[in-house]
Amino acid sequence: MENVKAVPAALQTKRIKINFPLNLRKLFKQSIVLVLLALVWEFAPLTGFADPAFLPPFTDVIQALWNLILSGELFHHFAASMVRSLSGFALALVIAIPLGLTIGWYPLARELLNPVMELFRNTAALALLPVFMLILGIGETSKIAIVLFACTWPILLNTIAAVGNVDPLLIKSARSMNISSFKLFVKVILPASVPTIFTGIRMAGTGAILVLIAAEMVGAKEGLGYLITYSQYNFEIPEMFAGILTIALLGLIINQGLSMMERKLSKWKQQVNG
Amino acid sequence: MPANEKIRFENVAKSFIVRDPKQKGATQSFTAVKDLSFTVKEGEFITLVGPSGCGKSTLLDLISGLSSPSSGRICMDGKEITGPGLDRGIVFQQYALFPWKTARGNIEFGLEAKGIPKHERKELAEHFLSLVGLSAFANRYPHELSGGMKQRVAIARSLAFNPDVLLMDEPFAALDAQTRETLQSELLRIWQKTKKTIIFITHGIDEAVYLGERVVVLTPGPGTVKKIVDIPLKHRLEDADIRSHPEFVKARHEVWNLLHELEYQGAYI
Repeated sequence: MENVKAVPAALQTKRIKINFPLNLRKLFKQSIVLVLLALVWEFAPLTGFADPAFLPPFTDVIQALWNLILSGELFHHFAASMVRSLSGFALALVIAIPLGLTIGWYPLARELLNPVMELFRNTAALALLPVFMLILGIGETSKIAIVLFACTWPILLNTIAAVGNVDPLLIKSARSMNISSFKLFVKVILPASVPTIFTGIRMAGTGAILVLIAAEMVGAKEGLGYLITYSQYNFEIPEMFAGILTIALLGLIINQGLSMMERKLSKWKQQVNG
Repeated sequence: MPANEKIRFENVAKSFIVRDPKQKGATQSFTAVKDLSFTVKEGEFITLVGPSGCGKSTLLDLISGLSSPSSGRICMDGKEITGPGLDRGIVFQQYALFPWKTARGNIEFGLEAKGIPKHERKELAEHFLSLVGLSAFANRYPHELSGGMKQRVAIARSLAFNPDVLLMDEPFAALDAQTRETLQSELLRIWQKTKKTIIFITHGIDEAVYLGERVVVLTPGPGTVKKIVDIPLKHRLEDADIRSHPEFVKARHEVWNLLHELEYQGAYI
């Protein structure tokens, strides 16, 4: 019992550390810089480093965001953007994955179509926005179409590459077991391609938001992109920043969701840092 | 056809079209194996040894039916081999396990290819996992297994669909020396238990002599059979250090000589 009393100070601090849950420390590490950033944002306009008219304090922005939420306005724009980006994204998945698998499976199709696809992929989707508007009008169709266009290329090209890069030894091994071409495709090519296809899907997810917001800024009556430009025209700067924050959050949610799905589907893959 | 003959090579040759290094865009014919004739007996453990470039892997592709000979023919049970089949199982040097399937899933893959119903697959997979001593690792993915374990899974996968012939393409070449020795004796034990015909390709002389009842010595340029050496060893598993046995040393030396004669010839040129 004597010994217990004589615990040195160093050990005691160690005990305090243990009392802090590990995930709490992790949370602290992850959020500290964000908190600092918010503080700088808050105090820069207040101390005169930035013009409060153009950069309102962080709390004003949060207040504006809260008001937008309460009035239902934010949800209205959020929903409009969500429907457009998800429709375009989903359509791209449905079209690009089967198409990519087919093109990847037939070398001739790959050779024939590769130059065209490279050209389209490197054409900035937004450069085509006027064309989409001319043909499809300024309604929902042109916005969904441009999201579809922007999402298709990364998914398509990654799917084709995935099929082409399946380890030949695995194909050889499966072939030696005398399985049909169809079974080879379903049981070997497809599962082996999943990780690479998912890289394309994640790229498309980021692209979907980016392109949509820009399209909404140019010509729309609702949506987060519209909210931002509209607020700017009316000099409602806190509302403008509130819109920007929402977009950042939306992008984060989509990316995290896709990452989670990716981890689930490719849990067999060796983790580089795990 | 003699009663106990399993596989017969009749004047097998295989050439490929390759790029001509001298002329841009031109191609030329390259002969990998030529005049290849020998037979493998039913239930025999035969090893093929030769330097790199003697067409060992070409030969394996031919037996497995993944490619067909340019001339000559390969017969199994008197019938010419025309394509891949589940009567032959292959074990590759690089394991070739499906990384998205667990150890058990990999074994079940071959069973599924054979059309074995689902409930039987699981039982069979368990049986073969225990045969290679990996019952505790059934649910591990390949990247969670060591090299030796992966190769055990690959062996179990090939044995599970019950082929007549097991083809092994330098299966232990990528393993460390100790694991290799363990797996060699384990393979002998499995062979004695299952009575399979095994064709084992290697570039290791010791390995060829230790495992094979007969060693086929191949020479390169183009690959062909130089000589078939009988290995009269009887108690490979019972003798703890069979590699020091006089018979082993003698056989090893003979194979060594056969493989190095070419080099001596080269020295005089």
